[in-house]
Amino acid sequence: MVKQKSLRTLVAAATAALLLPASANAETVKIGVVMTFSGGAANFGKQIGQGMELFMQEHPEAFGGHTVELIKRDAKHPGGDVAKAAVRELITREKVDMLAGFVFSPNAIASAELVTQGKVPMVVMNAGTAWITKLSPYIARVSFTMWQSGHPMGTYAKETLGCETAAVGYTDYPPGKDSLNAFQTGFEAAGGKVVDAIPMGGPREVPDFTPFFQRVKDAAPDCLYVFVPSGNHAGAVTKTFADLGMRDAGIQLIGPGDITQDTELQGMGDDAVGLVTMHHYSADYDTPQNQAFVSAWKAAYGADSTPDFMAVAGWDGMAAIAHVVKTLDGEIDADAAMEALAGWTFESPRGPIMIDPETRDIVHDEHVHEVVKDGDRLKIKVIDSIAQVKDPCKALKIGKCGE
Amino acid sequence: MLVSIVFDGVAYAMILFIISVGLSVTMGMMGFVNLAHGVFAMAGGYFTVSAMVAVGMPFLLALPGAAVLVGVASLVLERLLYAPLYNARELDQVLLSIGIVLMAAAAFTFAYGPGPVSIDVPDYLSGQIDAGFRTFPTYRVFLIAVGAVLAVALWYGVERTTIGARIRAAVDNRRMAESVGIDVDSLFRFTFALGSGVAALGGGLAVEVLGVSPGFAIQYLVLFLIVVSVGGLGTIKGTLVAALVLGVIDNAGKYLWPEGGAFIIYAVTIAILLYRPHGLFGRSHG
Repeated sequence: MVKQKSLRTLVAAATAALLLPASANAETVKIGVVMTFSGGAANFGKQIGQGMELFMQEHPEAFGGHTVELIKRDAKHPGGDVAKAAVRELITREKVDMLAGFVFSPNAIASAELVTQGKVPMVVMNAGTAWITKLSPYIARVSFTMWQSGHPMGTYAKETLGCETAAVGYTDYPPGKDSLNAFQTGFEAAGGKVVDAIPMGGPREVPDFTPFFQRVKDAAPDCLYVFVPSGNHAGAVTKTFADLGMRDAGIQLIGPGDITQDTELQGMGDDAVGLVTMHHYSADYDTPQNQAFVSAWKAAYGADSTPDFMAVAGWDGMAAIAHVVKTLDGEIDADAAMEALAGWTFESPRGPIMIDPETRDIVHDEHVHEVVKDGDRLKIKVIDSIAQVKDPCKALKIGKCGE
Repeated sequence: MLVSIVFDGVAYAMILFIISVGLSVTMGMMGFVNLAHGVFAMAGGYFTVSAMVAVGMPFLLALPGAAVLVGVASLVLERLLYAPLYNARELDQVLLSIGIVLMAAAAFTFAYGPGPVSIDVPDYLSGQIDAGFRTFPTYRVFLIAVGAVLAVALWYGVERTTIGARIRAAVDNRRMAESVGIDVDSLFRFTFALGSGVAALGGGLAVEVLGVSPGFAIQYLVLFLIVVSVGGLGTIKGTLVAALVLGVIDNAGKYLWPEGGAFIIYAVTIAILLYRPHGLFGRSHG
């Protein structure tokens, strides 16, 4: 009996010894993905998720022989509570190595404390409130900040579009206020003057924009900067703008590129033509990287499907995760992961990107987009570009960005 | 400035009126709490979009088309789902109709995706009309015209025709109407289909102003209920006046004081209902 047992132990030990080096070479890295997969914003989670999966499918070699397992959780709404509970569960029960996703800023903000305590690197793939990366040393962002588009748009409106005065209409929730502050700071630093800032209701229902726009029309500024959720809000904005004859009255409609999201652009109707926005991505970019990305996307998800800036954040975020997995050889340690992410550069479909080593935030090119008509579809035309924009909110140390 | 506040307010009020009027009459008549009324408006909006984009139907044909189709379709719903609950408690009716709203939201998401859809209205309805002293957006002039025609037609139908007299009798006192030989059930079916059809027309008209997405029926539910309760149940005049008052006040508030303007409509509603709990033109019977 004794002999038999020791023999069995020996065999087991020998087998383990044989297997050990092999398993160290091919780790399975668990990634907790917290995004909104249901409700009205389900499309956002879907876009990011498809972007992540497309990268895994197209570039399996980028993970250095290791595999990643995505454990998805639905964050549902932007309230923060559901996302936080999901993050807690993913860290404590699933013992994930990294976290990714986060469509809405409140969800990323609510989870920050947990990733600090649990020492789990978190890759933000959308949430654009500028100071999110300030909340934890384990947060890196691959998407954008509201300031990266709003602030340069303010400068551009004054210096290139020649607007001396501007009115701002914004949907009354955090990203709207963020975008207003960003635009106002940039515009007024360049010597322009914001004559009116109009909260235009909450993000849920589309208001009749007529009273707000009539007010702007009567005030007659040179530019009207609008931040509203993309989709039905943005479509109603361009229609009301056209209905009231505001362009003929000499007012230029501008905004951040969020309002001309690729997936929603065709639904905005012809009145969107002439709209000028500032953004970091459109599926219409004719760079080789982007064309390869878009054709891979269409091959995977159908010819009618189009990627948008959220899909690109999913793709780039997965590339960042692959870089971490490869660099650390599958053994994820939070501090080493953040070190690997600092200064990481990548040729994204949006152009060259980098994770700023100081702020752990994305650095990318911003482009001035104009909506034009191409045949019977609406198209984004790039009319100007600004290279390698860092988040101006943290650079200028404004509000919570400076703390 | 005053002209544009009143003009834009009236245009907005017409959408509220057209969508809400059917709800007011059916609630007044049957006492049925139909929170799913907005679904018919949403269906009308989607039908208008589909008819124009997929079939290439002209806008002015798609609108009545939506009204007829949704009106007929609503009869099926009425027979299958509403009729069994006419004598149920209000809570059951609320649960049923909210269920319909949520299922409709899911069904339209499945069919059209979660995002909004939009249309391009014909050229003769876009742009501006120059009235000499100032310009008016053509589409909003059109909205006011449609609303006015509809209000007159409904008023004439209810006040001056036999069927209208029967509807009024049924709203006033259902039991008495039945005992003098009015078939309230089939009358109600007719009214229900008419109200749903008119709501669908309103939904079609709203696409250009508010857009339409699967959340439409629930996003604007509060607004429709406010119009109905401020106007008083079962009155066309009440719904029209309430829509006008709320539309213009809402517009004025948003124009003059955007920071707080969105709340003014609720403050006005509370004030009116405190003063007249049954609405401006409502009567105190159940």
